[in-house]
Amino acid sequence: MSPLRRVVVVGASLAGLRAAEALRRSGYAGELVLVGDEPHLPYDRPPLTKQLLTGGWRPEQTTLPVAPGLDVTWRLGVPAGGLDVSAHTVHLADGARLHYDGVVLATGARARPWPGPTTPAGVHTIRGLDDAAAVAETLPRARRLLVVGAGFLGGEVAAAARAIGVAVTLVEPRDWPLLGPAGPHVGRFVAALHRANGVDLRLGAGVRRFTGNGRGELTGAELTDGTNVEADLAVLALGAKPNIEWLAGSGLVTDGGLVCDEYCRPLRDDGRPAPHVVAAGDLTRWPHPLAGNELISLGHWSNAAEQADAAAQTLLQPDTTPRYRPVPSFWSDLYGVRMRSVGLPHLADTSETAEHDEANHRLVVTYRRNGQLVGALTANRTSRLAPFRAEIQRRLTSMDPSPLPV
Amino acid sequence: MTVIVDLDLCQNHGQCVYAAPEVFAFDEDEILTYHPEPPQSQHDKVRTAVTACPVRAIHLVGGP
Repeated sequence: MSPLRRVVVVGASLAGLRAAEALRRSGYAGELVLVGDEPHLPYDRPPLTKQLLTGGWRPEQTTLPVAPGLDVTWRLGVPAGGLDVSAHTVHLADGARLHYDGVVLATGARARPWPGPTTPAGVHTIRGLDDAAAVAETLPRARRLLVVGAGFLGGEVAAAARAIGVAVTLVEPRDWPLLGPAGPHVGRFVAALHRANGVDLRLGAGVRRFTGNGRGELTGAELTDGTNVEADLAVLALGAKPNIEWLAGSGLVTDGGLVCDEYCRPLRDDGRPAPHVVAAGDLTRWPHPLAGNELISLGHWSNAAEQADAAAQTLLQPDTTPRYRPVPSFWSDLYGVRMRSVGLPHLADTSETAEHDEANHRLVVTYRRNGQLVGALTANRTSRLAPFRAEIQRRLTSMDPSPLPV
Repeated sequence: MTVIVDLDLCQNHGQCVYAAPEVFAFDEDEILTYHPEPPQSQHDKVRTAVTACPVRAIHLVGGP
């Protein structure tokens, strides 16, 4: 059986929790320490931009269930400060040193901050529970919310605000919402949804600067197209940055994310995996055959869950674990319209609308790269996704028959 | 094993259909349908579906 006696999981969100659960489910009976920089027990992020903002849920309702038999030592509210892979030690910011036989790196990502000078009070990002709770508290009293960035997160924040009757201006520098991740067909569909729900959608415009009053409170923003927006609350939805800075000096390769192989093993500078170290979730980048084995990074719920499972297996069975080669899936809910996707639509060089029923807000779009299916996205048509997913799965399975790690 | 899905919680994420396609499916009206007493051969896939469901809508009652 496993020689591991102490496993440290760094990161106490979905990936960290799922890795701990997978270790226990696979029979690991040693000590298990979960380190988290937030004071909260693991919580679920999808509701933060939905039920929490509309006031349907209280913050504590986002807490993820922890199985009674998990038997974990929690180290919450303490960020990790460093990793020494040769000494098998995690350094915590409070000075503690945790020796490990195996370590799971799952420190996730954080909201990309405003790149300019300081912003007036009232400009927020949403990534964690406390961020979302702060926005949720002021949102019902806001005269107008400005959302910067019409990606999935920005779109959901705008939709949540409209659901409780708050006026919204949504600003997106590109020509359509979601243009990068989902292409122009979906972009037009989502733009129409926002406008039908009363959002003042400004496409092709960014924020040049925020404006404030004499008390330092937000009054609005000047946009790059020369127009102005009045707003007393703003949410920046500019994407995420991986939490990799704490790994500086560890000898692990960080390049826009923690670079891993297909077995969820972070690579050292010499290109070899570091022994007894695995990683999962939003901080990772790893080669995926759908992307021609280029490194990809997925900030998605199901990837955090599935990669954590795979990483735990690699830690316990380093010689017999198959490659982590998922068909990714992702979802977003906008004004009650269920957007669901499989594969990697952002890789496509062409996309095609297979079904569009405007009255019922139904949409099916397929994505191809070099003529081969790489993804599909539906709105209110989840029933259509399974065959596309199966086609991608078949291709992944046929690519090369799961060699074992070396 | 008896499968119960809370259809009030279900939001058509589709993860169960991917994990256990012989047990879970969507009908033409986009409503989830499922086999409440799946055969033994499907039990592992159903357990995967339970953990894959982002809203924890699938519950297992009794059985091995």
